[in-house]
Amino acid sequence: MDFYLGLAQVIGVHTLLGLSAYCVLLTGQVSLAQAAFFAVGAYVAAILTVIFKWHLFAALGVSAVVSGLTACAVGFPALRVKGLMLVVATLAFGEAVRLFFFNFTYQIQAGELKIGPHGAEGFRQIRYFPEHGWSTFDVLMFIWLMVAIVMACLWWLDQSRAGAVMRAVGEDEVAAHSSGINVTAVKVLAMTIGGVIAGIGGGIFAHYTTHIEHVQFGVILATFAIAYPILGGLSNVFGTLLAVIFIQGFLIEGLRFLGDWRNLLFGALIVLAMNLRPRGFLDAGGVASLKRMLFAGKESSGA
Amino acid sequence: MLDLQGIAKHFGGVHAVDGVDLTVKRGEILGLIGPNGSGKSTIVNLVSGLFPLTSGRILFEGDDISDLPSHARVGLGIARTFQNIRLFGQLSVWQNLWVAQNSRQQRQEVFFKRWFGGSAGVQAEIERTLEFFDLAHKRHELAANLSFGEQRRLEFARAISARPNLLLLDEPAAGMNAEEVDQLDARIRKMRDDGFTVLLIEHHVELVMSVADRIAVLNFGRKIAEGPPAAVQDDAAVREAYLGTR
Repeated sequence: MDFYLGLAQVIGVHTLLGLSAYCVLLTGQVSLAQAAFFAVGAYVAAILTVIFKWHLFAALGVSAVVSGLTACAVGFPALRVKGLMLVVATLAFGEAVRLFFFNFTYQIQAGELKIGPHGAEGFRQIRYFPEHGWSTFDVLMFIWLMVAIVMACLWWLDQSRAGAVMRAVGEDEVAAHSSGINVTAVKVLAMTIGGVIAGIGGGIFAHYTTHIEHVQFGVILATFAIAYPILGGLSNVFGTLLAVIFIQGFLIEGLRFLGDWRNLLFGALIVLAMNLRPRGFLDAGGVASLKRMLFAGKESSGA
Repeated sequence: MLDLQGIAKHFGGVHAVDGVDLTVKRGEILGLIGPNGSGKSTIVNLVSGLFPLTSGRILFEGDDISDLPSHARVGLGIARTFQNIRLFGQLSVWQNLWVAQNSRQQRQEVFFKRWFGGSAGVQAEIERTLEFFDLAHKRHELAANLSFGEQRRLEFARAISARPNLLLLDEPAAGMNAEEVDQLDARIRKMRDDGFTVLLIEHHVELVMSVADRIAVLNFGRKIAEGPPAAVQDDAAVREAYLGTR
């Protein structure tokens, strides 16, 4: 049972990570910096609860803000470049952040132990949940509550004019410019929202694993972050959730019995999935036909 | 209304536009014609702010807008269409018009309503635009799934959505059949009657001669003639460069 609870936690946190990339991808930017924002969130939240003894919620709030500001600051210079150049720029930033935490030591004495992030050894003893009597189930509920809140907010954003404007920028920047949209502002804003979401996700991640270190936030995690929304499709937030369940639940855990063959199949299945559904699991056409099936005969409302 | 003063655009050694003076008066339809590569589209791109001028200045309603970014020019009331249609393909027809609500008045709407709600006034305005361009029955369709003629109309409609005073139409009749050109002709006239000013770039000479109040002719980045359609048609230099001699 614990295994499934653990898996559900992983899926929840990775969904947050995927949604942070989803938001950025809507504006047509491929960012490999999401893992870095996730890392910033993780370290900030953990330092606040472990060293400064803050309440978890306050720590998560601050980690969201700090990650968001970081993303905003990265957004301005990075967004002057496009396409592959942006990928390289954000990749470089991600590595810089990882190496920062590789060298980052900030410890205090607590009784016998020294606690706090300790360079390459990482940050151990993030024991907020056990110290405050949260059971695994409580933690799970909390993670999915946050996922639900973030998904609801993004869903609402998607239906609004702001969401349409973000998608318009992703479709065609020149046309968006010429339609009076401030493309730079929209892109930086999307990056900031993505940073906030990644910050929340990272903060939660640090507390349920109880131990974080720089290697966890490398290129692999950044790649997963953008793989989820791309594989899931950008028509709505549930695509990302589906993709996380598919990758984490099925490809990684479900195929574990295959041993080494799993890694081979892993890549092959992703390629297959992208060939069958080039715009992702849930694309606009798929959603439209789904709607027709569910609400046959009913005229859907405007906007 | 629009005043181009000696504008030039050089791409490396190519002088795409080479010192053109042009004035568009309020309420008129100015046709801009010329052979391929004579700099017509470049002028539209310069006026809409897609790339910076090499020299010269652009005045709009008396203000120098040469250094303003594209989106700010839309806010002042300059909207355009593209020669090769550029729609937001994965957005619905309705959304294409919704995102283009960027006029100065629209920008002053309450933040929340503007970005999240969508006021009744905006909805009614989009409905009117859809009606005028005969797209109301397609409102939930993705723009990418429209027919060619519908896409042209939608792009036109999107340009109107920002309530521009000046409309830059870059070859709106390209690829249209005779019937669609007639409809376009009628729509452009209606726009003028509604108080729009239009800068029309077109290869469809019949259309330009029929709707334009004045015509300017470009050749190799320079203006070679300007005047009422009849006079331009008889101009020797224009015949030589573009219309052909009889």
